[in-house]
Amino acid sequence: MKSRFTLLSLLGGDGGLGKVHELIREIRVGRVMTTALFTVAPDNLMSELKELMREHHISGVPVVENGALAGIVSIEDLIHALEAGKLDSPVRDFMTSGTLIVARANEPVMEAVRRFEATKIGRMPVLDTQDKLVGILTRGDIIEALLSALQEVYSEAERIHERPEYFFQALESDSTSLVLRYHVKHRDFAGGGNASAKIKQALLRIGASPLLARRVAIATYEAEINLIIHTDNGGTITADIKPYEISILAEDRGPGIPDVELACQPGYSTATPEIREMGFGAGMGLVNIKRCTDDMNIWSAVGIGTRLQMVFRVSPEETKRGESSN
Amino acid sequence: MNLKEVIDVIDGELLVDAPVNIDIRNACCSDLMSDVLMFVKPNMLLITGLTNPQSVRTADMAEVPVIVFVRGKYPAAETLALAEELGIAVVLSAYTMFETAGLLYQAGLRGLGKLPIVRQR
Repeated sequence: MKSRFTLLSLLGGDGGLGKVHELIREIRVGRVMTTALFTVAPDNLMSELKELMREHHISGVPVVENGALAGIVSIEDLIHALEAGKLDSPVRDFMTSGTLIVARANEPVMEAVRRFEATKIGRMPVLDTQDKLVGILTRGDIIEALLSALQEVYSEAERIHERPEYFFQALESDSTSLVLRYHVKHRDFAGGGNASAKIKQALLRIGASPLLARRVAIATYEAEINLIIHTDNGGTITADIKPYEISILAEDRGPGIPDVELACQPGYSTATPEIREMGFGAGMGLVNIKRCTDDMNIWSAVGIGTRLQMVFRVSPEETKRGESSN
Repeated sequence: MNLKEVIDVIDGELLVDAPVNIDIRNACCSDLMSDVLMFVKPNMLLITGLTNPQSVRTADMAEVPVIVFVRGKYPAAETLALAEELGIAVVLSAYTMFETAGLLYQAGLRGLGKLPIVRQR
């Protein structure tokens, strides 16, 4: 036999398990114990205990007398009673009483684990600071807590792997990028913002900071609305996401902008009153796009179409999660 | 100010509930979504008379957690459905935009202060 597998050796491990160890050390018995509590009185019969255990699939029950813990009776005690043909005897005759091994609701689970290891008992009644019975703790309860702690460690590791540096490291090429393409329909006001929202979600999912995702989303949204309002047949939005730079291209096939410089002036707009009624056409779209981007290029020709390129450089702090914006 | 306080101050009606666990300190009023996108900061309250779904889209892009629609103008079902989907709270105020903003300002909400002057054509 190589090494003995115990709860303690599992919890005391290194690496990722160290984190679990830490969690288990922090978690208190009160959070892990079973609180849906069945009890019996010493005067209850062993046959009644048998029914209770069978009905609720439990293997041990605290014995309570006058509101205080008087003992504990387990399935083993029930087997003894069965063997002796004494199912009509009171629980008092078979229960374990005297100095009981108990757990405290406010003690760390780790302490309870040690007690389980040192004794060979299967369960412990849990008492609060006033010695009131508040629950029962089994090895199963602890294993469940351990599994959820492991799950937490695992999900955290998974989140780290979703960050772009990991995401992109997994793919080998001379220059790796993620390309997302969306078709935007002319005059589709109801669907307006869909592409921008999806790009924003994608950026957040691969680990962009809220600040970066926000400035990309706002600029893309303005460009998307422009495609809806001003084009003959809609257009496409293509997001090219690299670890160090995000480039968004909004393209259409007409009508084209006669004077790009004029179109970039704050307040200049060719939008109809109907479009203004919908909250757009204030002539701030391109101004706003410029504000959100690190680089903006417009190429346009009347009768051919318009290409708007928006470039966002990813600064190191913008790949970190959770920092506040602006 | 939390969502409940906002509703109390303007005697508003909560049309879409969302878990808003932040202290709202600033608000902005506009019917022009480009203006909102230009100036609004995350976690600001948006007060608007524009009840189409684009107001909700704008709020989503700009991380606005609560939209207050004014003048008792009940928004279209698609606007409310989008807010529900995106987890943005929607409140309806029977007051005008000016009065809604005034009540909230009086209760302690602030705007953005003075902004730089932008010359327009």
